[in-house]
Amino acid sequence: MNSVLAATSYVLVHVPDMVLHNGSTQTTERTVNPGSAYLEALPKHIRSYEQALSYAPNQTYIGGLTPQQLSQREQPWYPQPVEGADRFARYGEIMPQDEFLLLLQICDVFDLVFLSRDFVTHTRAALAQHPLMNQDILARLKEGVDDEQITNFVNNEHAEGLYHKGQLVGYIKRAHDVDVNLTAHVVHENLVSKASSVLSLLHLIHNSGLNPEEIDYVIDCSEEACGDMNQRGGGNFAKAAAEIAGLKNATGSDMRAFCAAPAHALVTAASLVKAGTFKKVVVTSGGSTAKLGMNGKDHVKKDMPVLEDVLGGFAALICENDGVNPEIDLNLIGRHMVGTGSSPQAVITSLVLSPLEKAGMKIVDIDKFAAEMQNPDVTKPAGAGDVPQANFKMIAALAVKSGEIERGELNDFIQRHGMPGWAPTQGHIPSGAPYLGFARQDILDGTINNAMIIGKGSLFLGRMTNLFDGISFVMRANRGQDKREQGISRHEVRGLIAEALRSFAGSLGDQAGGSHA
Amino acid sequence: MDLENQKRVKELAEKYGPENIVVILGAAEGEAAGLAAETVTAGDPTFAGPLTGVQLGLSVYHVCEEAIKSEIPEDVYDEQISMMEMVLDVDDIVNEMTAIRDEHSKY
Repeated sequence: MNSVLAATSYVLVHVPDMVLHNGSTQTTERTVNPGSAYLEALPKHIRSYEQALSYAPNQTYIGGLTPQQLSQREQPWYPQPVEGADRFARYGEIMPQDEFLLLLQICDVFDLVFLSRDFVTHTRAALAQHPLMNQDILARLKEGVDDEQITNFVNNEHAEGLYHKGQLVGYIKRAHDVDVNLTAHVVHENLVSKASSVLSLLHLIHNSGLNPEEIDYVIDCSEEACGDMNQRGGGNFAKAAAEIAGLKNATGSDMRAFCAAPAHALVTAASLVKAGTFKKVVVTSGGSTAKLGMNGKDHVKKDMPVLEDVLGGFAALICENDGVNPEIDLNLIGRHMVGTGSSPQAVITSLVLSPLEKAGMKIVDIDKFAAEMQNPDVTKPAGAGDVPQANFKMIAALAVKSGEIERGELNDFIQRHGMPGWAPTQGHIPSGAPYLGFARQDILDGTINNAMIIGKGSLFLGRMTNLFDGISFVMRANRGQDKREQGISRHEVRGLIAEALRSFAGSLGDQAGGSHA
Repeated sequence: MDLENQKRVKELAEKYGPENIVVILGAAEGEAAGLAAETVTAGDPTFAGPLTGVQLGLSVYHVCEEAIKSEIPEDVYDEQISMMEMVLDVDDIVNEMTAIRDEHSKY
């Protein structure tokens, strides 16, 4: 039987100071053009926590708005804040930077993160009030250090500064004197990914109502690599985050496939459960500091706020079929193969049309498609267009080409089978995954019967291959009926066996009697 | 245009001569196509890449423009490009490309 999607969680972390100090667009600019007008103008375009909190796509990401509600709002979304927006919503939260810096320190088990004494004293109470921060987690928080120590390490010891509201409040020291894979920059990037993954896991445990000790296996699908000079991508983010989140009986591993990794990981998780290898598997991911303010130059040029000021994280729980939750149908897997080719038409055919054709289904049989879910507020001003709309247009065009709809029905198809994009441009985060939670709910509510989740990845960025990549799967309403039928048939089988045995025993008696005769 | 691609275009133009190079674009929008076309003719308008201030003046087309389309076997075009052609604003792309070529293309 297919495994099911039992729960999801979605978190954002608002990190305005990390946009300035850690986003790769900004760190590159500081290296090649330190006195640039962009770097000077940038701080004026940074949003407050309240602005990020009341931003409609962010609220949609954590479940405070539905995709339908978002699509009814006028674009661009950033000038119109959501009234009464809350930090916590159905799927998770938007954490402020100061609390996250404490969480970052909590997630450090190698004495690499140091925060100022004042900062820890002032922020501790807020984090202690967090409904999901239990005593085990809070007990990991260390006391702060003197400000002189912080300045000294940042100025003289190659440490990465930690900032809040423009003030230096801590540092991450390098984990090795010469190893380029353990520099303070790399450790910072990795710990941020780990900490935001931990936050996602805590929300997932809460949303699922599970005892964390029931989880067997965790797959991390972020885009970072941790290891030392002898194994740059050694791993294991999954197990590291599981440790802090208290998943005592879990092991895990990392899967990497650029932006397609979440879809690869979900298919793997669903397969591990369906095969009976594990009963409960979690797919998790934290966010990426490098991508903060990635399109900042365009946003500043167009006099907008810099919208890429949040880290994204999510987690999903895959369980054995419970007869209720939506199934992940492993008979409907689309994949971009080595021989597929890289033209958009070849890619979308392999991911959407081929698996459906194989199962005797049509494109129009899928109620909702979720591909690259990037927020158009971010991408349009940077000249990259509306990415999800472009995907839905391609799927619609494919439906026209295969004779399922008329060309005049193209826009209608996009309206019915698509949705707006609300995900932060955090690489792996937008790729289909943001819709999992809503898809589960919509299927449970009976609003839709199924949804196709599509992961796509640009492998050329790693300079190992020019190939494109992608994998897709279909979530569908649980066919509980099948389960009952199977239950009945199993019962019937037992009855038949019993009858056969009785009859066999009877015939033995007859034969025995016969032989005696 | 991606900095690595700018570098490759520059190297190819130096190796084979700019008069022997045709750049074919697949951008999804007129504006993006125009920016890429400008980069390989008048130089990188974002002043970020190796083609900053380099006026290669290359011959540049979008794959959906008739000049290129007519060179491609019909069945190959149908299999690889026709779906995208359906979703692109081809007129807008052609206008952008023509304007850039008229102004900056030397070949």
